[in-house]
Amino acid sequence: MGAYIKAISYYLPEEVLTNADLVRIFPQLTEVEIFRATGIRKRHITPHGIIGSDLAYLSAIKFFDEHPIKKKEIDFLLFCTHGSDYNGPSSACILQDRIGLPNHCGAMDIPYGCTGFVYGTAIAKSLIESNLAKNVLLLTSDIPTTVIRPENHELRAIFGDGAACTLFSISKNNSSIGDFVFGTDGRGAKNLIVRNSGRREPVTMEYLEKNSDAGGMLNGTMEMNGAEIFIFAVKVVPTMVKQVLEKNNLQQDDIDLFIFHQASGFLLEILRKKLKIPKENFFVYLENVGNTVSATIPIALKEAIKEGKAKTGDKILLAGFGIGYSWAGTVIQL
Amino acid sequence: MSDINDFIKKIEAEFEEISPGSLNPGTNFREMKDWSSMHALIIIALIDTEYGISLNGEHMRSVSTIKELFDLIGKKKVTQQHIND
Repeated sequence: MGAYIKAISYYLPEEVLTNADLVRIFPQLTEVEIFRATGIRKRHITPHGIIGSDLAYLSAIKFFDEHPIKKKEIDFLLFCTHGSDYNGPSSACILQDRIGLPNHCGAMDIPYGCTGFVYGTAIAKSLIESNLAKNVLLLTSDIPTTVIRPENHELRAIFGDGAACTLFSISKNNSSIGDFVFGTDGRGAKNLIVRNSGRREPVTMEYLEKNSDAGGMLNGTMEMNGAEIFIFAVKVVPTMVKQVLEKNNLQQDDIDLFIFHQASGFLLEILRKKLKIPKENFFVYLENVGNTVSATIPIALKEAIKEGKAKTGDKILLAGFGIGYSWAGTVIQL
Repeated sequence: MSDINDFIKKIEAEFEEISPGSLNPGTNFREMKDWSSMHALIIIALIDTEYGISLNGEHMRSVSTIKELFDLIGKKKVTQQHIND
């Protein structure tokens, strides 16, 4: 029996950073320019001390409020983030207890970024279709704004914090998750990386002093080579989309909606044009949230369903790509 | 390696705003309408996909016409083959 996406909820922190706020901080920018370059008007910012698993928890609470699903039905929890609680234990274990999921529930972290939701979908499908679990809850949550230096207007304009909670269950009709395409090129690791985080490059005294103006940047500092990331995406995504279609024996016209990782408005528009996807079949949800890393695809999918652009029975092509470099895609049927 | 007309067709196909047949080997791409650094990045990605040659921003700045860019790809290709031999 096949797996499918049964329900989604998402949570965004209340505080926002608008383009007007950015212009106040960086007078050399204009609101029009920021919007033209990013397609974003505001991003949600997590308050100090609130981390990825907190947002994930809040998205799960919202999920059980919004959907008639009982916590005791969940038998596997996946938590995807690049900002985990501890080096050990897994944040998924802490979340199992905090959300109130049963003890017979498996729990596992997926330390992944922009491709995280597609990876989580692949793992959830595998668990369900190999009869290891019946109801898999995937939490994708990221807090990129906590690893951006205050003066980095390029990154502050793109990234926002957010979390999504997605339930995968056994399908009773045509709803399904198709075949996947995965790709990795670790040569690109240096082009989008959180420096001074983890064991390879721990925080040093010198680093702390240098970042004392920004509270020490204790969780590391994100660095992005925008030009390289752009070239990577323009090269890899169209090929991946063609491979995903081929693998699922579909033509581009068979896809009702394309939902890509919401990296930035400009990049998405280039990709849409390159693939010659009509605007009405290409869903963009960036304007009020920004790039929330592993949470962009489920947030966009939820909004597409809400707006009536994704309906039961629709075939939707999902494509994640970014930090790693990593990319992955599949086709789901709602 | 394919000829320059193929290369021109590929560039024209890449940009919605460029009508087919409007470019020639002598066209200075930096003088094209609304040219920006993003266009340069798109061309770098195109060359990488089509010819397996990785150019960078400096390479792009060193040339101005489509012919010069095409010749640069040819030169790079020869160097790369030499290394592979």
